[in-house]
Amino acid sequence: MSHSSHAEDMKRHVQIYRRVFFALAALTVLTVAVSYLHLPIIYALIVALLIAISKSSLVASFFMHLISEKRTIYIVLAFTLVFVIALFVLLLISHYEQEGVALVP
Amino acid sequence: MDIPYTVTPRPDTGVYNAKLGVWLFLASEVMLFGGLFSAYLFLRIAAPAWPGELAGHTYHHGSEVLNVPIGTVNTMVLIASSVTMVMAWASLMIKNFARFKLYLGGTILLGLVFLVIKAFEYHEKFAHHLFPAKGTFLAVYFTLTGLHALHVIGGLIVNSYFWGPGSRMWQNQPERFTNRIEVAGLYWHFVDIVWIFLFPTIYLL
Repeated sequence: MSHSSHAEDMKRHVQIYRRVFFALAALTVLTVAVSYLHLPIIYALIVALLIAISKSSLVASFFMHLISEKRTIYIVLAFTLVFVIALFVLLLISHYEQEGVALVP
Repeated sequence: MDIPYTVTPRPDTGVYNAKLGVWLFLASEVMLFGGLFSAYLFLRIAAPAWPGELAGHTYHHGSEVLNVPIGTVNTMVLIASSVTMVMAWASLMIKNFARFKLYLGGTILLGLVFLVIKAFEYHEKFAHHLFPAKGTFLAVYFTLTGLHALHVIGGLIVNSYFWGPGSRMWQNQPERFTNRIEVAGLYWHFVDIVWIFLFPTIYLL
């Protein structure tokens, strides 16, 4: 790759980083604004988590370059995702079983 | 002997070694924060009220105990520091060392601003005798934000090294140095992501 096309490439990247920054700032304002509505907790939780997931996806995809990463990294992350979900699910199952609600037959 | 695959990708993994190493480390960090987040969830769903009774008052929203405007400003500060971090790497990619210094310096400054604001928040809590031992909400708040602040401090140490003495590597091994900044950035962005989840779940819900 010649030096000039490399520089052009970077210019495009920088433009994307700027847009991602404004999107992240806007989503931050949005999540704070929604919190002032004092929605019922379950709706508030869903909205807050959806916004947080969107924001972290933007950071991971563009700043951490996950949008164009190698297979090895995706495999590591897939395992991580499975384990962290298992962590939450096991905890919830044990909590509800203690309360007498059987989530697993 | 040179450390292998600091610049060229290792054929079997497809990435240079430091990148895989840092991603594996971040995977373990996800489990660390995931464990604490799940403890928070567990404590919260079992609590009769949240934040509940603290120092004689009963609270029904985290925002009644914590300072949301300050937390919002700190979120913006950390997001901005992520942008300057990735710009520092992009500057090295176009071989502009002076601009790299500027952006990484900005990242370090923003990290310090975040910590100063956090310290101010902690001080405000302590001044009102709101200590971690005074209630579950406060214990969760101080544990999670405290561990996150320790991560910010860790990132500041690494970034300061790369801004100062560590930047000498640029003179004779520019590609290796660029990769070092990329993986330091991975860690820094991860710390940003942790805050992206901490802020709404603790301050706003």
